[in-house]
Amino acid sequence: MDSATSDLTGTRPPLRSTADNGLKIVIVGGFGVGKTTMVRSVSDIRPLNTEETMTRAGEGVDNADDVPSKTTTTIAFDFGRISLNDRTVLYLFGAPGQERFWFLWDRLFTGTLGAVVLVDTRRLVDSWYAIDRLEQHGMPFIVARNDFGGPHYSAEDVREALDLPDDIPLIECDARSRESSKEVLITLVNHLYTLSSSARESTT
Amino acid sequence: MKRPGRDDDPDRLYTVTGGRSRSGTDAFDLVTLVVSESEPTPGMQSEHASILRICRSPTAVVEIASDLGLPVSIVRILLGDLHAAGRITARHPRTAASADQLPDPEILKQVLVGLRNL
Ligand SMILES: Nc1nc2c(ncn2[C@@H]2O[C@H](COP(=O)(O)OP(=O)(O)O)[C@@H](O)[C@H]2O)c(=O)[nH]1
Ligand SMILES: [Mg+2]
Repeated sequence: MDSATSDLTGTRPPLRSTADNGLKIVIVGGFGVGKTTMVRSVSDIRPLNTEETMTRAGEGVDNADDVPSKTTTTIAFDFGRISLNDRTVLYLFGAPGQERFWFLWDRLFTGTLGAVVLVDTRRLVDSWYAIDRLEQHGMPFIVARNDFGGPHYSAEDVREALDLPDDIPLIECDARSRESSKEVLITLVNHLYTLSSSARESTT
Repeated sequence: MKRPGRDDDPDRLYTVTGGRSRSGTDAFDLVTLVVSESEPTPGMQSEHASILRICRSPTAVVEIASDLGLPVSIVRILLGDLHAAGRITARHPRTAASADQLPDPEILKQVLVGLRNL
């Protein structure tokens, strides 16, 4: 690679020339819950970040000059990637779950295989909104609780607090550990596989 | 690593895209892999030239955006230009056809094998 390219791409190793299928998994959760940490733990590359901006016409009218107001929102997200085989590359996105970002969800995350909702048991309320919206979007997800110490809650307590149906996996993890983070992704993909194969059976 | 958006004031973005605000190419997903089909030429807009250099090996749209420090929507417009000129090709993700459809079990199986081998 010449220096003009490495100036731009840093030390990131290039993908294989045969790579032709990019897949997405989103890790969603409140601020400080460990999204970037988890991406870093399993990614082949140091997490990168980027942003998307979107301008929408406001609902109200700007009083000053009687024209509809516009708001520009910027969502910043980080991501990493894992080369799974010669052709398939899995991208992991760490995305904020707060209310004001969800209007960008369709545009950014359509085609995502599924989501990991990362929760901190000291602040479970932070994840209610994300879970609601994932259910509304029909995007399959699992819940992973990152252990920050503090009081221990049973899985039943957490399920109840999140109003989480029994068929949605809930696991414990340590986002700082590569093995643990890998296990989270495997749990999600296993869940997707179960959903997908039973959906196909019921239609044939 | 660069902080994206360090100087993405509207004027700069307007200049980069020649004032266009819509790409008409929703074809470029965040993880569409882009490959250059030609080398930069003298006098080419610097962002176009940079994309051609970055994409000598397959590179996802979102990586290009991060490298250039530009929002994804702007990068989509730039990619649309290069695609229309035949200077890049795009390898689109092969996932579910529609948003409410689950991914193909065969693809999921491949993903599982890949993750277990990490
Ligand atoms: N104790 C503990 N700390 C963690 C864990 N995961 C992340 N952290 C720490 O929590 C802080 C916030 O993590 P970060 O990944 O930046 O959160 P984000 O805002 O969701 O991206 C960092 O200082 C991490 O080192 C974990 O599993 N256990
Ligand atoms: Mg973060």
